[in-house]
Amino acid sequence: MMQWLRDLMTSAPVLPPPPLGEGRGGGIGGATGSLVALKAGVPPPQPSPRGGGSNATQRAEQGETLAKQLALVIDLNVCVGCHACVTSCKQWNTSGSAGPLADERPYAANPTGTFFNRVQIYEAGAFPATETIHFPKSCLHCEDPPCVPVCPTGASYKRKEDGIVLVDYDKCIGCKYCAWACPYGARELDEERQVMTKCTLCVDRIHDEQLPKEDRKPACVKACPTGARLFGDVKDPDSEVSKAIRERGGYQLMPEWETNPANRYLPRRITSSTQELE
Amino acid sequence: MHPAFSILFFTTLAGAAQGLVFALALAVLFGLELAPGFLGLALGVAEVLLAAGLAASFMHLGRKTRAWRAVLMWRTSWMSREVIVLPAFIALVALWWLSLRAGLGAPWSWLLPLLALGGALLLWYCTAMIYACLRFIEEWAHPLTIVNFTLIGLSSGLVLACAMAALAGEARFLQVFGPFALAATLAAWAARATALRRNAGIRHKSTLQSATGIRTQKLVQKSMGMSAGSFNTREFFHGASLAVLGNMKLGFLLLAFVLPAFLLAWGLTVGGALPWVLAALVQAPGLLAERWFFFAQARHPQNLYYQVVS
Repeated sequence: MMQWLRDLMTSAPVLPPPPLGEGRGGGIGGATGSLVALKAGVPPPQPSPRGGGSNATQRAEQGETLAKQLALVIDLNVCVGCHACVTSCKQWNTSGSAGPLADERPYAANPTGTFFNRVQIYEAGAFPATETIHFPKSCLHCEDPPCVPVCPTGASYKRKEDGIVLVDYDKCIGCKYCAWACPYGARELDEERQVMTKCTLCVDRIHDEQLPKEDRKPACVKACPTGARLFGDVKDPDSEVSKAIRERGGYQLMPEWETNPANRYLPRRITSSTQELE
Repeated sequence: MHPAFSILFFTTLAGAAQGLVFALALAVLFGLELAPGFLGLALGVAEVLLAAGLAASFMHLGRKTRAWRAVLMWRTSWMSREVIVLPAFIALVALWWLSLRAGLGAPWSWLLPLLALGGALLLWYCTAMIYACLRFIEEWAHPLTIVNFTLIGLSSGLVLACAMAALAGEARFLQVFGPFALAATLAAWAARATALRRNAGIRHKSTLQSATGIRTQKLVQKSMGMSAGSFNTREFFHGASLAVLGNMKLGFLLLAFVLPAFLLAWGLTVGGALPWVLAALVQAPGLLAERWFFFAQARHPQNLYYQVVS
């Protein structure tokens, strides 16, 4: 009861953050898993300390330019469509503090459930000169996210410190308006919890100082066997992702809507080695 | 989009109630003599419609007990604004009804109808802007959406008011507002037909090429990444055949506009309660069909990503 009173008094635009970093999913892969278990074995996992020593996540104002913007860069040259990012994403996020992601009729003819990440397949060109393109798609963490201002409760927000677009599951009323307001279809309503869910860029993992440094990456990035997924700060010109975008023509999806997605895609290109193979 | 029955019922019921209150407020403000019993009854009907609409809107929420939170983001969200204006409008109409019961005189006798008039207009605007503000749903992102929500609400409310007036023997009200009901219905028909023409000619900005950034002329999806449906396939596709869509369009044009217009003209020329009551009865399913089509016709750009199951 008190929490909602407090929310009302400190109403928009700055609302207290959801507790992050509580509870962990298991690690991805045996080595990571055992490391987590070893580390977490002695003291129980604590909320990660974050900038300023408090856990006060700041909400970005609409149209605000942020100093840091974490994002994924997806290399369409090397994605082989193995769905490892899909399953590792599901595994990490179904094991977190927010509770499991829905899986309805998992063994029936028409299974359905909540996923934050999907790998789609497209065929470009006319036969016989066709190309098969595996196309992973998740929330693009837009710099001007249209899903955020439409949310009537403030459950949907963009973090000021790293630009991640998140849903506070404790405040979501499941009205689905934010999903309507996303041109990319990046949001999925969890049919069991009846709240909107989406890619969190593994916010409960990338900032967790109890994890070894090399594991502080989104589950999908860690799982990708071909290294098709790069992760980093697109506002830092010296980051791996910024260099890749600059040097390899990283592009945004649906630029016509001026949402300025932070995630980019590296276009496929014919290299000398692929030409030799042909 | 998949038309959700919760929203169909909410927007049509509340729209009619708003139109009804709008007509009653105009009648009172222009000094039309209404039997107090009729005014009280009509306001009561409006309240029942609004309450039913409110209940329907709750059915849309996944977490109903948290509904109160939806008032918080009124600075940015049209839905939040609607969630504030709707109960305020219901309260205004209730206050007006109570002031009639208590026999309050000026300034309440003109202030409350005036506020109710403004509330009805504001609620139409908020409701329509929920849809019109989504710039990439191009069927909705147009001022015609606001015009149509207002005119259709006005038409249905006026038709309902006239039907009740005819049953209650309010001849003066019918004489003044009967022509208004016909004019509003014809205007709503014209505006909705304009929107239909506009939507038929839309060339959507987003293509599979812009959605994926793969710049080849021929580009087809081979798999949406799942073997059965997801939220994306349930929420954004109506799943109806082209024939159903066509019939629904024809049906709502006939039931919501054409037939009521003829019945209203009959009522105006011949008289008697029957044509007015028939007009209200015929229009009701037409309004639902119109709202169904409003949602079904909207093509969300996310659908580009969800075309082929394999």
